[in-house]
Amino acid sequence: MSSTSTTLEKPNSGTWDGGNEPLKASYGKLMMWFFLLSDAFTFGAFLIVYGLSRHTHLPYTGDPEAFAYSTQWWPIPEKVFNAFPGFHGVDLPLAFVALMTMILILSSVTMVLAVEAGHRMDKNDVQKWLLWTILFGATFLGCQAWEWGHFITGDEEGMLLADGSRIFGANLTVNQYGPPLFADLFFFITGFHGTHVFSGVVLLIMIFINTVNGVYHKRGHYEMVEKVGLYWHFVDLVWVFVFTFFYLI
Amino acid sequence: MSSTDIHIDHDIHHAHDEHDHHLDQNFFEKYIFSQDHKTIAKQYLFSGIFWAFIGGFLSILFRLQLGWPEATFTFLEPILGGWIENGKLNPEFYLALVTMHGTIMVFFVLTAGLSGTFSNFLIPLQVGARDMASGFMNMLSYWIFFLASVILFTSLFLETGPASGGWTVYPPLSALPQAMEGSKGGMTLWLISMALFIVSQLLGGVNYITTVINLRTKGMSMTKLPLTIWAFFLTAILGLLAFPVLFSAALLLIFDRSFGTSFFLSDIFIAGEALSNTGGSPILFQHLFWFLGHPEVYIVIMPAFGIVSEVIATNARKPIFGYRAMIGSLIGISLLSFVVWAHHMFVTGMNPFLGSVFMFLTLIIAVPSAVKVFNWLATLWRGNIRFTAAMMFAVGFVSLFISGGLTGIILGNSALDIQLHDTYFVVAHFHLVMGAAAFFGMFAGVYHWFPKMFGRLMDEKLGYVHFWLTFVSVYLVFMPMHYIGIAGFPRRYYAWTGFEAFSGFADMNTFISISAILGFTAQFIFLFNFVYSIIRGRKSTANPWHSNTLEWTTPVLPGHGNWPGEIPAVYRWPYDYSKPGSVEDYIPQNIPFSQTQSSNLPQERDFE
Repeated sequence: MSSTSTTLEKPNSGTWDGGNEPLKASYGKLMMWFFLLSDAFTFGAFLIVYGLSRHTHLPYTGDPEAFAYSTQWWPIPEKVFNAFPGFHGVDLPLAFVALMTMILILSSVTMVLAVEAGHRMDKNDVQKWLLWTILFGATFLGCQAWEWGHFITGDEEGMLLADGSRIFGANLTVNQYGPPLFADLFFFITGFHGTHVFSGVVLLIMIFINTVNGVYHKRGHYEMVEKVGLYWHFVDLVWVFVFTFFYLI
Repeated sequence: MSSTDIHIDHDIHHAHDEHDHHLDQNFFEKYIFSQDHKTIAKQYLFSGIFWAFIGGFLSILFRLQLGWPEATFTFLEPILGGWIENGKLNPEFYLALVTMHGTIMVFFVLTAGLSGTFSNFLIPLQVGARDMASGFMNMLSYWIFFLASVILFTSLFLETGPASGGWTVYPPLSALPQAMEGSKGGMTLWLISMALFIVSQLLGGVNYITTVINLRTKGMSMTKLPLTIWAFFLTAILGLLAFPVLFSAALLLIFDRSFGTSFFLSDIFIAGEALSNTGGSPILFQHLFWFLGHPEVYIVIMPAFGIVSEVIATNARKPIFGYRAMIGSLIGISLLSFVVWAHHMFVTGMNPFLGSVFMFLTLIIAVPSAVKVFNWLATLWRGNIRFTAAMMFAVGFVSLFISGGLTGIILGNSALDIQLHDTYFVVAHFHLVMGAAAFFGMFAGVYHWFPKMFGRLMDEKLGYVHFWLTFVSVYLVFMPMHYIGIAGFPRRYYAWTGFEAFSGFADMNTFISISAILGFTAQFIFLFNFVYSIIRGRKSTANPWHSNTLEWTTPVLPGHGNWPGEIPAVYRWPYDYSKPGSVEDYIPQNIPFSQTQSSNLPQERDFE
């Protein structure tokens, strides 16, 4: 009987019975996950806007060789994004954006290595891999700046208008490559993603400084690196979707 | 206060409670930039009450116009100044009043004021935590909300007036500054304020969710949580998934307004001039808006569900009927809320087949809603009911929820909606089911948890007066409105005096306006009671309602850290009221089964 009352005395202690972390994640990591979930919905909404806007425009149905820019149809991405710095006038469809994507994916790899080094409490390795990640992230931003610059300036041909004049390049109201909405969406969505990458680089620089100063080493764990890592991988993942929507489909 | 000089035992998962040891906080740390969830809850409550009076006052202004369309309102000139022209309310200002009333009530009162107050106050106290997972982010959430409030409040004083394209801010009306006065600076401030508001909601939301998952005390399994916590938890998840989509829509709209893009604009002529915008779709905005907008109505009502369940069970002195069915219906409503948004858009020219799909999904929501109503009524059935003011409001909530919910079944039908869309029938429906009902949930919560918030009781007599006046005037306002709606009165119209068909309803409109003024006036009784009771109210005991949940195991005024000693562990569900064989008619959650041998059920002995 006495044994019964001692078990009646104790609260349950299963996984979801409280008093522990049922998902084996600290509150900070959980918060990051939930923030990313909501951010995914933000990007999801933008990509749906892209999909629907594109759907309401006619696709180009003629011979791809004979493709010319027109507001009548949505442009073929390979014909728009075919420039590469230093190779002026050469048709290299999607080469530059493929390089950008590679750089961003590489930065994810180095981020994984930084997190792994954090688990080993290896301060020097964390520093090294964070620095590489920062470098790749910044390079990606640089590439994006070039790509934007090129998109804004346009090429020599431009778009022939009905009145015989030509427009060159693109901004939020005029677009040589096709309907204005194409440029609007390009600037908005890659810009919003770029802002995320930029914030990520700032966060990385902040945790890099903290790592160098030994803040995390004194704390006994490198969880902050993991949290920023989650964010960084998310931003990479979003880029994969942006890339697919804008450049591949 | 004795609880300030406590030293808290650290157990592993509460290791981040270091701030409990900041014994001497200055005034700013304690009352302004406080990270204590109880203080933040009170800040939300005060802000919510402030906004509720502003929002209510705006509605009285436009009810004056609707009730007495021929009258002159020169007496309002001292407050409204230039908005009264030759004794008449400026028609554009009328639209601004409607818009701001909607925005303030939906977002600033019933989202921030309701969920912000009670999620913050009750989650840590009822799950048994020292504070929210991140007190700092919680504080940030309130102050970003405050900033959003300041910006929206400022927009009321613009010369061109605040936003006036309706609380749904559909483009192109909202996107083109030349469309109307309210689409100028007022609309810009509206969008900035809303963007900040969303950020604040997300900061709060991740905190609520994480706290419920990670900071439950020992033994507090998900099926021992009070229904309030389930409701707040799911509300936060809804907000987390729905608000970002409104954020996207708001950002795109900002670009359309200010940077010349055409996401939502196409083929627009103003005064014979074609605008350069092509290719966008205003319907797209409606989809994005209502993808938030529909979950938003559940964000508003679900905290009230939780509060009412708790108040009814406590005051009927009975276990809540169908505890798991209550959780299940909350989850069901949460899931369904994301797949019904297009029932707000039946008349936008969408495919009738799609309409029938959304109609079907919409009508399914009646099932979990009916489960909840049935369970509340079954809880009351043969209960040992105590009519506290909170209980009155909780029962009033059930009444309003039924009355308003029934018309939801009518409106959910895409064929009937063609007739009723954008009429006063819709206005009457959602004011009953989510407006007034959510307010009743909020009142129930304030009356019920006031003693834990301020250590004093609110005056019951004034509470009854407040309840009856409010309850009666809500029905007097919104019941006649259904008839006006069936007759075809459209929403948002400044005056109907030009339409012969509607002249027979002038008396009814006057009647509604008089009732609305009565209802608004009654809220001053509440305000007086609230303020007076904070200062002079009868002193409360630690557990004045003999309730089971953990917050009542704290001292009368819980200090920073909530429990002076160890956090109590939890052994039982929160609804052991009137358990046969028990001495008292309630057994708090922290009482182990070993102390209640006389009332333990056979299976409970086997459980452990």
